[in-house]
Amino acid sequence: MANVELGGGGVSPSDEGTQLYADRVKVYPKEAHGRFRTIKWIVMAVTLGIYYLLPWVRWDRGPYLPDQAVLLDLPARRFYFFFLEIWPQEFYYVTGLLVLASLVLFLVTAVAGRVWCGYTCPQTVWTDLMVAVERFWQGDRNARLRLDKHPWALETVWKKGATHLTWLAIAVATGGAWVFYFADAPTLTKELVTFSAPATAYLFIGLFTLSTYVLGGIAREQVCIYMCPWPRIQGAMFDSDSLLVSYRDWRGEPRGPHKAGQTWEGRGDCIDCNQCVAVCPTGIDIRDGGQLECIQCALCIDACDAIMDKVGRPSGLIAYDTVRNLEAGAPNAEPLRLLRPRVLLYAGLIVLVSIIMVVALMMRPVLQVNVIHDRNPLFVKLSDGGVRNGYEVKILNKQYVPRAFKLGVTGLPDATVKLVGYDSGVVPVPPDQLRGVKLHVALDKEGVRALPDQATQFQFVVTDIATGETMEHNATFQGPPKSEAK
Amino acid sequence: MANKEEKSSEGFSTTGHEWDGIEEWNNPLPKWWLYVFYATVIWAIGYWIVYPAWPTVTSYTKGYLGYSQRAQLNNDIAAAKKQTAVFSDKIDQADFETIQADPELLSFALAGGQAAFGDNCASCHGRGAQGFVGYPNLRDDAWIWGGSIEGIQQTILHGIRSDDPQARQSMMPAFGELGMLDRQQVSDTAEYVMSLSGNEQDAEAAARGQEIYATNCAACHGPDGAGNQALGAPTLSDELWLYGGDKDTLIETITYSRAGVMPAFSERLDPATIKKLAIYVHSLGGGQ
Repeated sequence: MANVELGGGGVSPSDEGTQLYADRVKVYPKEAHGRFRTIKWIVMAVTLGIYYLLPWVRWDRGPYLPDQAVLLDLPARRFYFFFLEIWPQEFYYVTGLLVLASLVLFLVTAVAGRVWCGYTCPQTVWTDLMVAVERFWQGDRNARLRLDKHPWALETVWKKGATHLTWLAIAVATGGAWVFYFADAPTLTKELVTFSAPATAYLFIGLFTLSTYVLGGIAREQVCIYMCPWPRIQGAMFDSDSLLVSYRDWRGEPRGPHKAGQTWEGRGDCIDCNQCVAVCPTGIDIRDGGQLECIQCALCIDACDAIMDKVGRPSGLIAYDTVRNLEAGAPNAEPLRLLRPRVLLYAGLIVLVSIIMVVALMMRPVLQVNVIHDRNPLFVKLSDGGVRNGYEVKILNKQYVPRAFKLGVTGLPDATVKLVGYDSGVVPVPPDQLRGVKLHVALDKEGVRALPDQATQFQFVVTDIATGETMEHNATFQGPPKSEAK
Repeated sequence: MANKEEKSSEGFSTTGHEWDGIEEWNNPLPKWWLYVFYATVIWAIGYWIVYPAWPTVTSYTKGYLGYSQRAQLNNDIAAAKKQTAVFSDKIDQADFETIQADPELLSFALAGGQAAFGDNCASCHGRGAQGFVGYPNLRDDAWIWGGSIEGIQQTILHGIRSDDPQARQSMMPAFGELGMLDRQQVSDTAEYVMSLSGNEQDAEAAARGQEIYATNCAACHGPDGAGNQALGAPTLSDELWLYGGDKDTLIETITYSRAGVMPAFSERLDPATIKKLAIYVHSLGGGQ
């Protein structure tokens, strides 16, 4: 970061001072082998498996509703997550899930650093996959370096071509899987292959193909370093007790090449083999200490452990360790302090939010009634001196079966209720739907005169004909000012 | 401003411009910016070819695509019409009873009716159909020409005192202006009319007015003021007044008569829209 001190325009005052941007130094990550690489392969398989296969999981919701386990049905404005169903006005539940997700992220980061970045972030997972593809076609780090240095030849063309084609195929699959979350997957598949799917589907497949190809295949670590805000927020999440991928300089320094048979006395364990740099997907040197570019994928631990094994030194020169231990210069100088204020705070908040969400889910009503009073005009005078008010009663049937309701009023003696349409007086509401009913409530002259006030509270009573379940909702009956009434 | 050599004191190349010791550095534009700029220039040329761009003396260059916003709007309207055709056709063919019995069709008709009402009716009858003085309230239960759904449709189609040959026509004589009644008689009649709804102020005058009413008014408004929808004669015995039920207003009405006009919509709106309007107005609470 030497050029930072230039400040201001950041322009070097040299003759070549027209260079405003540093060129990207391409990273050629070498394949690592070891514990963390295995974990990463497993995480990749699980996360990609979830992403590609989840839309195909079925979940029975009865004959009237879609049977896709996870479905964001935008036209019908319903979100389905297994047993959860979210109506637009219940979107706070999604907010709750997001709050929960970010709290878990905070907790994990406070305990073990950028686990999200290193293992599960889609950018990391897809980049890892794209690098694996590149390695498959073009060989490992050295072969790729050679290929790029060599002038273009037939070999370059087919190897690079194959790489990019595979990337594109993965990108298309990624975009293709994305749209399945928004429509019934089997139906949409049929439509997609017969080219009868909505244009939006193709558009979004295209969009996600492009972003997967560009972000995962080409931009890679630049997304983490330059585009993502998360690395900048890390600083507030770590403390000196967080387990971070670290180079134990107290053990490694002074570093230098080591030949078999030479003594280890008076020198560090680091043989300066650069393997930790070679495997790094963001192209940094972990021995420079913790840095923004480090996504803490732990591949340098694998690389270093393998070397330590070979040279006969104990593994763990690079390891998950706390700043406290690093400063003390011993692996277990102090016991690991897990129960720290911030950890307890995050954990407590997670428990609290979870409880709130579980309670909210259990108390979710399957029948809701809303009443909207006509405002223009508030009331209508009738020829006999009576008064009529108009309302729209909205009945939300959140059960997965059709229901039928009767409407009545209490608290307004002798009122006549008349529905617009529904001459039988029965309002059918389809499964998992809302139905609004316009209706008029009228009082005759005597009834209006008997009202204590210009505005009178009363209740609409909605009764399920089959089960007898009732639901009340307050409403107001408006009349002329009492001084006007004779 | 003075021209200086092309290097600043710090060694940056400059434009050679200097104001009070402040130099203008000649930093190049960022490459990406420059290329985006060139790209927009090329884009603009393509745009001129494809889209309408340059004015000519009497017209403008039409562009390869021949695009116009008006045509686009017409296309959009046609597309929207096509989309709603499923319902519109049904509304066209079904009778009122069928429409009202079908919740889907009814809610389509009500929504369409409400929109059409806002465009065509609200300026006189009010956004909420609550009416104004001289413009009937369509929500109450007093109808001059009939509040059945067919009656409402008829009124919308042909209007009231409009140019339409089938328009609803009625004519109340201007009793005072034409000299048929003198001022005292007009006043007495007004008292009697007020008494029909129990609001008389002067029982004697009302009694005098009864005879005048029987001779001049009862033929249309009925002996007890019940009105006659076939003739468009308003009920005088209820609590609702189109122009006002106080004495001054009644005197004015009897003296000069009233003749509000509603235009015919048969040539302005298609039959389906008028049907939707009739269903909507009928649903507002006063429908009979």
